[in-house]
Amino acid sequence: MRRLLNTLYVTLPDAYVGAKGETLIIRSDGVKEMQVPIINLESVIVFGYRGVSPDAMQLCIDNHVSLVFLTPYGQFKARITGETKGNVHLRRTQYRWSDNGEQTLLLAKRFLFSKIGNARVSLQRTLRDYPDRVDQDRLKSVLLLLNRQIREINNSQSLDELRGAEGLAARSYFSVVSEQILVNKQGFSFKGRVKRPPTDPVNALLSFLYTLLANDVTHALETVGLDPQVGFLHRDRSGRNSLALDLMEEFRVYFADRTMLTLINRQQIFPDDFVRKESGAYFLKDDARKIVLTEWQQRKRDEIRHPFFDEKIAVGLLPYAQAMLLARYLRGDLDDYPPFFWK
Amino acid sequence: MISGIQHFAFCQRQWALIHIENQWRENVLTTEGNHVHQRVDDSGFDETRGVFRIVRSVPLVSESLRIRGIADMVEFERQSEKCEETVMLDGREGNWKVTPVEYKRGKPKSDDRDIVQLCAQAICLEEMLGVKIACGAIYYAETRRREQVMFSDSLRLRVKTLVAGMRLLYDENRTPRAEYQKHCERCSLISICKPKWSAKGYSKSAAAYVKRFVEGGEDQSDDC
Ligand code: SF4
Repeated sequence: MRRLLNTLYVTLPDAYVGAKGETLIIRSDGVKEMQVPIINLESVIVFGYRGVSPDAMQLCIDNHVSLVFLTPYGQFKARITGETKGNVHLRRTQYRWSDNGEQTLLLAKRFLFSKIGNARVSLQRTLRDYPDRVDQDRLKSVLLLLNRQIREINNSQSLDELRGAEGLAARSYFSVVSEQILVNKQGFSFKGRVKRPPTDPVNALLSFLYTLLANDVTHALETVGLDPQVGFLHRDRSGRNSLALDLMEEFRVYFADRTMLTLINRQQIFPDDFVRKESGAYFLKDDARKIVLTEWQQRKRDEIRHPFFDEKIAVGLLPYAQAMLLARYLRGDLDDYPPFFWK
Repeated sequence: MISGIQHFAFCQRQWALIHIENQWRENVLTTEGNHVHQRVDDSGFDETRGVFRIVRSVPLVSESLRIRGIADMVEFERQSEKCEETVMLDGREGNWKVTPVEYKRGKPKSDDRDIVQLCAQAICLEEMLGVKIACGAIYYAETRRREQVMFSDSLRLRVKTLVAGMRLLYDENRTPRAEYQKHCERCSLISICKPKWSAKGYSKSAAAYVKRFVEGGEDQSDDC
């Protein structure tokens, strides 16, 4: 497996990214804050509006470092990547299969097996680790339902049926996520997923983490030469990275939800780390955002044994490993697509 | 791409990953080390020492093989007599024998990948200069030795066969499946190729893996 390289998160609101030789230089108010060799980087994510110099852009493109612009609150604005890599035949197959009902259904099932299977593992872990601090009956009844929904999905004959079964599983999983929050329960009450905009701290944290995850997954797909926009479970919609959303299903719980729980339960993040906007939307404050990013980076450096090919890899390479396995399946090297099952 | 021949001779899949999928070219260049090349990559460099004239980074092309590329270095040696192995050089007197020289960071290989690359360069030079080249040389940095290579008919045939094979795959835009062999352990692309994931005879069944998950879930429903 290739090396896990760093993502550079530029969070200072007035930071400007320039280049000098083979390095990026981050300046804030004209003062140099940081200088990073480009070869250590996988991607650069800029939260803020000041921007990036044309030189720095060129340096990123030449080194296959993707450059992503987000608003200070983490909303996606734009991404710049260099030339498309990989085999044009691979993408053709991807497009053909995305139009093929049978293949679409098969792959959609794989993504959802992983999503719900990993949600199941997350709840089982909470049950195992904190048997006295959670409502065991509630968690167990959700686990039963998740098992049933996995069977439903397995038996689904159409994408609609599949989405129905998934919707039910997702709602009941989210209904017990608050059970897994063990501290500051008052400030972190969570009733379900609210996206645009997030109207409570937990949703704000999840939205932010999902954005980070989406960037990692999109980048992984591009790296293996797949088109992040053309999906199976998620259908084409212009401007939407449907395949990235598909593949993200495998990692939402494992990466994002678990990171959210760790940050809250280890008391790295508190309810007053969020600002409430007039609209009722919640966002992370600057300092808290840095804590989240640090934890996220840390998480990527952990190692895990990959359940399918049985080798140790850095957690941060999982999206890349799955993108690669998906490409292998499309190319006919594998007899099925093996999604990521957290064990 | 003449430099592709060395990859193709080593492993067709390696070549396809690099030259068809253009995914990992930088990876290979870094692992196979351009350090030795830095010195050499100085196009237009031209020096004369005694009876030798050395030209670096020489663009090459062959109509018959339909390939192009760059030779690290071509050495011209002044001969006392004119023959089919000598050429005349613009602005210089005398008859010059032509020898392609390739620099390699490592040491001589047990397979012929370096030799076929050099031979392909020789074939290009022969066509471009209208000369016959009987032998060339490869300088290995690790052993600091210059090895002589004779361009025999069988070597030339091997080059033609390799080039034809490359063209076929290129036209079909096809990457062959991995075949896990001993040489994989020495391959700079092994971490990307992952030959054991999908090689014939080694391939794990992903279908069985998915099936275990679905059925495993049913067993688990009893414990909760
Ligand atoms: S790992 Fe083996 S099969 Fe794969 S490219 Fe290298 S030599 Fe070829």
